[in-house]
Amino acid sequence: MFHSLGKYILLLRLSFRKPEKFSVYWAEIMREMVSVGIGSLGIVAIISLFIGAVATIQTAFQLISDFIPKTVVGGITRDSTILEFSPTISALVLAGRVGSAMASQIGTMRVTEQIDALEIMGVNAPGYLISPKIISGVTMIPLLVIVSVGLGLTGGYIACWASNDVSTNDYLRGLTDGFNPVIVTVCAVKAISFGFVITSICSYQGFYVNGGSLEVGQSATRGVVWSCIMILFCDLIISRLLL
Amino acid sequence: MIEIQDVYKSFGENEVLKGITAIFHPGKNNLIIGGSGSGKTTLLKCIVGLHEPTKGDVIFDGENFTNMNFEQRVPIRTQIGMLFQNSALFDSMTVEQNIMFPLNLFTDQSKSEKLDRANFCLERVNLAGKNKLYPSELSGGMKKRVGIARAISMQPKYLFVDEPNSGLDPVTSILIDELIAELTAEYSITTVVVTHDMNSVMGIGDHIIFLHQGKKWWEGSNKEIAKTDNKELNEFVFASPFMRAAKATL
Repeated sequence: MFHSLGKYILLLRLSFRKPEKFSVYWAEIMREMVSVGIGSLGIVAIISLFIGAVATIQTAFQLISDFIPKTVVGGITRDSTILEFSPTISALVLAGRVGSAMASQIGTMRVTEQIDALEIMGVNAPGYLISPKIISGVTMIPLLVIVSVGLGLTGGYIACWASNDVSTNDYLRGLTDGFNPVIVTVCAVKAISFGFVITSICSYQGFYVNGGSLEVGQSATRGVVWSCIMILFCDLIISRLLL
Repeated sequence: MIEIQDVYKSFGENEVLKGITAIFHPGKNNLIIGGSGSGKTTLLKCIVGLHEPTKGDVIFDGENFTNMNFEQRVPIRTQIGMLFQNSALFDSMTVEQNIMFPLNLFTDQSKSEKLDRANFCLERVNLAGKNKLYPSELSGGMKKRVGIARAISMQPKYLFVDEPNSGLDPVTSILIDELIAELTAEYSITTVVVTHDMNSVMGIGDHIIFLHQGKKWWEGSNKEIAKTDNKELNEFVFASPFMRAAKATL
């Protein structure tokens, strides 16, 4: 456990050594950003719309009372979407989509000696392979979470319009009533942290693969499992510290 | 010139290399041969720095490579070309991008200069016009040739080749061997080839080191190998009845 943690920290240190040529690394960062950001937009959009809609319907179901104003549904949906559903659920899904792809890609490069080829050329392999992935993770995952928040709240609006449990006017008024900006800060901190966790853990798992295709698959699975555990752990720590 | 001095390498309790000393001269095809598990690939990896020797030194033209850190090794590494057993081409890049990759990172050449160099290297390995193909679209022999083109793109002083003939038919194997020998002579490269292919040994083995149980068991040339009375080497080289019959006619 401590041995792995030490290796992980040393790998991160190697990953952020001075690049051999910035322009080559920049091209790689752009490529990773497109892969993580544009490539994940579809799945994030779908889950966000549904989660927003489900959150609204379930909140409305639990708050049917003459003593509670209907606008509360909008407020609760907004807070739970921004604080929890969008960053955490999106990150868990992205760990499966982005993280496993990263671990498999780096793991395959390891077992087919492509990483050895980089090292022989004099390239800092962790820097070239891992730092663009981490940078793309900590920039694109927060952007995806912003999109997810917008679509989640839109999903809630559609649910109100379709079900009539809460009027759309009440829902919209609830979204703006009693807004506390700190939840946006918490959401941003979570998104950046989760982006780092997913990309660094999955890259680490891929980088130290030994063996063949079976081990590459196992490393991708390990990467996703550890990412999910660490996402939930960070979620708890950040919520406790910032709220 | 590459000198390896008393190199030992252990993995845990398992001592794979036991005090190997050798000198590899420029312009010669230096072959490391030996049975499976004899330590030849480990020795190659120790020479290029993929493994750190447990003890001993690797010296490139007077500079002790073993004692250097990552940054200090970069200038030497830019003079190294290596062809891997499975070619190790970057899957996500085309043939042209693979060859231009080291040029992009370590030279300040313009794009057209890099392209010219890539085209020259591809012509040199008889693959002109294959620039835009991806590794998945190439045959095993073509991958090896692209691997050689990438290895020579930086005009290396040292060329390392790991099992160049594995998975290739005999005709393609001979073509790859001839290509390696031509490049070695043409650019006076210090070439080190790890192989257990007897065609390579007899065809291009200017200087041969035979490893057995992690030790240097024999050293000589392809002309001397046929006449050696070294028991282990004879058992390795002339393992088949065909090779034994061939030796009898020499």
